[in-house]
Amino acid sequence: MAQALARGVLRLTQPVYAAAFAAVAGKKEGEGPMGQCFDRVEPDSHFGQESWEQAESRMQQETIYRAMEKAGAQPEQIDLILAGDLINQCTSSTYSLRPFAIPFLGLFGACSTMAEGIVTGSLLLEAGAGNRAVAATSSHFSTAERQFRYPLSYGGQRPPTAQWTCTASGAVVLDKETTDAPRIQGVCIGKITDLGVCDANNMGAAMAPAAADTLTRWFRGTGTPPEAYDAIVTGDLGEIGGKLLLDLMMKQGYEIHSRYHDCGVLMFDGDRQDTHAGGSGCGCGGSLLCGHFLPKMQSGGIRRMLFLATGALMSPMLVQQGESIPGIAHLVEFVCGEE
Amino acid sequence: MEISPELYQDMQDAAAPKSRSYVNIPMAFLAGGLICVLGECILNLLTYWGVEQEAAGSWTSVILVFLSALLTGLGWYERIAKHAGAGTLVPITGFANGVTSSAIEARTEGWILGVGSKIFTIAGPVILYGTAASVVYGIMLMLFGMFL
Repeated sequence: MAQALARGVLRLTQPVYAAAFAAVAGKKEGEGPMGQCFDRVEPDSHFGQESWEQAESRMQQETIYRAMEKAGAQPEQIDLILAGDLINQCTSSTYSLRPFAIPFLGLFGACSTMAEGIVTGSLLLEAGAGNRAVAATSSHFSTAERQFRYPLSYGGQRPPTAQWTCTASGAVVLDKETTDAPRIQGVCIGKITDLGVCDANNMGAAMAPAAADTLTRWFRGTGTPPEAYDAIVTGDLGEIGGKLLLDLMMKQGYEIHSRYHDCGVLMFDGDRQDTHAGGSGCGCGGSLLCGHFLPKMQSGGIRRMLFLATGALMSPMLVQQGESIPGIAHLVEFVCGEE
Repeated sequence: MEISPELYQDMQDAAAPKSRSYVNIPMAFLAGGLICVLGECILNLLTYWGVEQEAAGSWTSVILVFLSALLTGLGWYERIAKHAGAGTLVPITGFANGVTSSAIEARTEGWILGVGSKIFTIAGPVILYGTAASVVYGIMLMLFGMFL
């Protein structure tokens, strides 16, 4: 059983490995600086489907297939699947998983879903719920715009703080038995944190306090300093949220600048691709974790990494009612090789 | 150290880049002005061809709405609006874009519950408050007419 070092800060006592991982992305993401790292870049943003929602499901389904294929596992050999997305009722995940017939837990953590899935999956596997689980997530620019903002062809101007929802998906196969893959050593379950940001066009700022809280709790709870990690990676804080996180951590007495990366900043070339403060969405952190960071761990480029997926738990209805946007961030500690 | 919402607001203000008003406002002025010039050209052309002044005015609106809807369908309007901002939003073309883009977006949900019920989600407030304002204006006009 996992050992609780502090409230929500857990160390796994039995190893769980990220045995295989896959990432699929859309055209714009493929044209970005990280374009080479995805297993597949689909030029058709409809993914051959009729509607945007079906397109996202299709993309997620393909990502899960690819991850299972890499793990050499058939759907029958997966004990559990944890997935979620941004769309109401987590439809992208339910429709993506409909043909698989794998025991399924749906998750909603906005853009923190990739980490939430790995946290839940690894704890369940460690507790004996099975040997293999899949954690998956996705986001699609067009489904998110439709649900949270304006129609695609509506002529509006985006403020400089706005982020671009990535059309991307990531899936990880968690396994108790593989030995040479990146290992999940600890997790930190995020708390809902809200410092009163009401601007739905500034999600990075809404999420940064949650990331700072989770990271601080982790450092304090485990007694590990930031220097113990080769990389500290956030999911989609973007330019502004990233800056705020560094600032907030500094105020807590932690300097993470030299090892800090944000998937939202890495995903696009802001000037060339006109993405303002960077990428966002569940698929942003999910796809770069699975397409870039985990492969980099496997090739020896990173030995110890903290991955924090950050979510803005935003409801357009509550924002219209004048409420602020709560944020959350879950953390996973990955280690590769011997301690 | 505890971060208060007030302190965080200051941190955000320092971290977030501001909208480039020195570009956006002149661009809006220019684009909005150009749309009005286009409207004037159409109006003059129509009256030159012998259309009555009042009918020519209505036809000008119809043509501008049509052009905006067409550009929206082709995906060009959003590209222009990205630079033009309020310049393309405020004239009647912005209204047409709001209606057309909502309709295009909703077509996957069918003609009745999709297009039919969602076509005015953006333009709805304009219709409601435009109508209400015209009623108020009408009453005022009537009252002034009674006393003057």
